[in-house]
Amino acid sequence: MSTALRPAAQTPPAAAATDAESTRGLVEITKVRKFFGAAEVLKGITLTVEPGGVAVIVGPSGSGKSTLLRTINHLEKVDAGFIAIDGTLVGYEVRGRRLHELREKEILKQRTEIGMVFQNFNLFPHLTALENVTEAPIVAPRAGKPRLSKAEARERGLELLDRVGLKDRAGAYPRQLSGGQQQRVAIARALALDPKILLFDEPTSALDPELVNEVLDVIRELAKSGTTLIIVTHEMGFARDVADTVVFMDQGQIIEQGTPREIFTNPREERTRSFFSKVIEPAFNI
Amino acid sequence: MSSTATPVAQSAPEPASAGIESAPETAPAGAVPGGETAPAGTGSAGRKAATDYADYRLVPARHPWRWVGTAVVAVGVAGIAWSLATNPRWEWGVVAQWFTAQSIVNGLLETLKLTAISGALGFILGFILALMRLSASPLLVSVSWTFSWIFRSTPLLVQMLLWYNLGYLYEKISLGLPFTDVRFFEAQTTTLISQFAAAVLGLTLNQAAYSAEIIRGGILSVDQGQLEAATALGIPAWRRSTRIVLPQAMRAILPTAFNEVIGLVKGTSIVYVLAYSELFYTVQVIYNRTQQVLPLLLVATLWYVVITSVLSVFQYYIERHYSKGAVRTLPLTPLQKARKFLAIHTPATRETSQERGTR
Ligand SMILES: Nc1ncnc2c1ncn2[C@@H]1O[C@H](COP(=O)(O)OP(=O)(O)O)[C@@H](O)[C@H]1O
Ligand SMILES: [Mg+2]
Repeated sequence: MSTALRPAAQTPPAAAATDAESTRGLVEITKVRKFFGAAEVLKGITLTVEPGGVAVIVGPSGSGKSTLLRTINHLEKVDAGFIAIDGTLVGYEVRGRRLHELREKEILKQRTEIGMVFQNFNLFPHLTALENVTEAPIVAPRAGKPRLSKAEARERGLELLDRVGLKDRAGAYPRQLSGGQQQRVAIARALALDPKILLFDEPTSALDPELVNEVLDVIRELAKSGTTLIIVTHEMGFARDVADTVVFMDQGQIIEQGTPREIFTNPREERTRSFFSKVIEPAFNI
Repeated sequence: MSSTATPVAQSAPEPASAGIESAPETAPAGAVPGGETAPAGTGSAGRKAATDYADYRLVPARHPWRWVGTAVVAVGVAGIAWSLATNPRWEWGVVAQWFTAQSIVNGLLETLKLTAISGALGFILGFILALMRLSASPLLVSVSWTFSWIFRSTPLLVQMLLWYNLGYLYEKISLGLPFTDVRFFEAQTTTLISQFAAAVLGLTLNQAAYSAEIIRGGILSVDQGQLEAATALGIPAWRRSTRIVLPQAMRAILPTAFNEVIGLVKGTSIVYVLAYSELFYTVQVIYNRTQQVLPLLLVATLWYVVITSVLSVFQYYIERHYSKGAVRTLPLTPLQKARKFLAIHTPATRETSQERGTR
């Protein structure tokens, strides 16, 4: 894993640029540990998601899935290990033999390459759907890209709302939208910065069952678009459809990972099997 | 209501068409009570078809007790108004004579000036103190905490007198390098701290201590997820505070903040201890001379009422502005309500005349 990082750091700028194009959205998580007080919530996580890949993380509640996602965009600082995107460290820079935390401004730039969609949407309730989508492109400092003017952001915002099927609701405030619509606006908002990577933390868990599919359909479309997706979900059918890699986490560790077929039909580990027997079968046996 | 109606309609697929046909027959003979009692009376829900009420007119619920309550309150208010108007001891003539007198108006302007300046400075300083208190720096947190602690635990009166008598404690105020003789600026304290300066200092610092807590409370009331989402989008820190958090915090801040400002309007009267001629001090000076105590207190009171009323109107519209998106539909403004009321209750309207006919 660390060998994979070195070439990107050492190649001359020109070569690095083309390299970045071809490896747009490679996520490498290496030996990441995270403590909350004395509790070790992530116990040395190592995981690679290929550019354009779709990784679905499943596991019992409290196993550290959200915490792992939040370390990827440095909302949560790691206590050990590191995370790199296309060979660039997230939140740190190398100086000598040390990793120094970047300044806020630099971290914000990195975050614009990583979109995040939350379980409870977190739309800005005092801004309209369109304003929610256009806010970041207008004000966020972006790496190598200019900020958009209001008119450009508006045009792009309407385009994105159209893509999630909500162009006609552009002027509505979040509270005037259904849960499913709110989450679709949140996805459009995350897409507005044209991120390399999208993180989804249980995007459908707060939704009424009949609204789940409208959101999953949008994510399915994104999965084909070449953006790297990392999704935490309890929708096992969806995971089977959309994932290249399914990762099963328990108690801060990755218990096993593989293709959906490997994990769902032939789990090697007892813990995986017992988790699926709790999650999947009751739903089918009703 | 609807729960009794729906099962009837659903469980009777065949007679449904018959029900629609029978609707015109039953309608003239008081169909609403008939329709309501039918399912309960017959007991078997499967048989009786739902009458088609589609072209019935909807009558909103009436609130007769509201009208009774309104009448009682109106009588009470009329009684008080009558006594105010007819009791000669209120001396309304004297009130009218002084109400717009030059000295009173000057005092009023001083009151407004003090309120505006110390209100504005107080809230700006309060905002900074609130941000300090919420910051990650232990130093800033404790400075902010100590500021609030000191100014909230000292009586305003004492603060005023201390500021005014600063010259007694420190003869000169100077700006220079500490522990050396280098001075960039030096002045006599008494020339620097006038009555006005003492009043503004006292009111501002006191106001800042209280508004800091109000603003902090407002900021804390905003969901943590909002900041997280903004951070994840790469929105810079200052913009996160001003565009995302503060507008939402305003909803919690405004009612209390207006309370404070209205309190401050009357609170400025405390500067009479500095013999500062704002409204209340002016009134006192006048009634000490003329002995018309009650009427002159009324003059001051009426002006305070006027200021408070104007502020309340501002409050209404500002709160309404910040409730954008927080409620599904904004409540109507009084003007809009009046227009709607007129539109509904104009006798010429077709609906109203029809309704009268049926009742
Ligand atoms: N900010 C925090 N402070 C302390 N403990 C936390 C915090 N966030 C999460 N935890 C704990 O870390 C563990 C993992 O949480 P989380 O990542 O949210 O799990 P999951 O998303 O898999 O349900 C849980 O035991 C949780 O209680
Ligand atoms: Mg979680």
